[in-house]
Amino acid sequence: MMKWIFSFFVIISAVFSIFLGNTEQFTNSILNEGVNAVELSFYLLGGMCVWGGIMNVADKAGITYYLSLLFRPIAKIIFKGIDLNGKAFKAISMNITANLLGLGNAATPFGLEAMKALEEEDKTTDTASRNMIIFTVLNTASLTIIPSTAASLRLKHNAANPLDILPLTLINSVVTAVVAISFASLICRLQEKKEKKGWK
Amino acid sequence: MTSYLIPILLILIFAVAIAKKVDVFSEFISGAADNLKVSFEILPTLVALVLSIGMLRASGVIDFISELAAPLMDTIGFPSECLPLALIRPVSGSGATAVYENILNFNSPDSFAGRVASVMIGSTETTFYTIAVYFGATKIKNTKHTLGCSLTGDFIAIAGSVILVKLFWGTC
Repeated sequence: MMKWIFSFFVIISAVFSIFLGNTEQFTNSILNEGVNAVELSFYLLGGMCVWGGIMNVADKAGITYYLSLLFRPIAKIIFKGIDLNGKAFKAISMNITANLLGLGNAATPFGLEAMKALEEEDKTTDTASRNMIIFTVLNTASLTIIPSTAASLRLKHNAANPLDILPLTLINSVVTAVVAISFASLICRLQEKKEKKGWK
Repeated sequence: MTSYLIPILLILIFAVAIAKKVDVFSEFISGAADNLKVSFEILPTLVALVLSIGMLRASGVIDFISELAAPLMDTIGFPSECLPLALIRPVSGSGATAVYENILNFNSPDSFAGRVASVMIGSTETTFYTIAVYFGATKIKNTKHTLGCSLTGDFIAIAGSVILVKLFWGTC
């Protein structure tokens, strides 16, 4: 999957840079983006260490356990067969909490921890498990209570009420999340059926 | 409001931890060390991803598509000013912020285009980055239908931001 997307991006960019006369910018981007990636990873590194440390303290204090209790009713519907007392579900609870509070930088480390734990729990080989797919799709739907980036830029540009978009972003991301997750879960079910038929 | 979140969160976590006699310092260190490993593991994935998105932006293909599709967008009621944002949003977070800022420079934040752009950026996520980084932390090679479903979600969110703004404020 990734190999096709990667090749597609590289080839389409190279071809269009020639047609649109942007070959110079294109060449520069190749030289610069590697450095940008390392910069980004250093930026992530700090946040990862800080939030990984805090998560571990919260975990040992039992807070992640209580938090996971809160999400249990929803998790039972969304994630099938997940260990409700396991490491993966605790990390998922922290990830959802951080996302809802708009702490994007904190959500990523929790998300990565959840993915690694799911990998172990589902004993995957090189193919994503159902819960990994659902969890990633949930994260791309951007469930946030307060859209802080949009609000701060609207404030900067003198919006009458910077946060008046709030009900809309909330409705929009909830609808998106529900549809995208149902869609993902439906495809999983269809594939499972197909596999069962294949065995016979 | 949001600036109170982190202090309160930290007070809560550390107070409970101390009350439960957790060795706060060494637990923090061990959690940080675990994630240090993870961030080194995802570095190669990040390089590939950041490179391909940077190339895409530098090649001018996103602006090219936006210009090409603008007349069509206007006829279906989609503000054409917001098209570059819709196209760049799934691939680059900082790119999307730059495009959004640009939209607000030329349109009032309370105009139709300004509102649609605000709802759009507030209710979508950097899909490609999220998928690449999340799966980059694992040994998964086949992500199956993750990208398809996420992009379907993005499409719904983009269409939804236009529809919701129209329902709430009309076309301003």
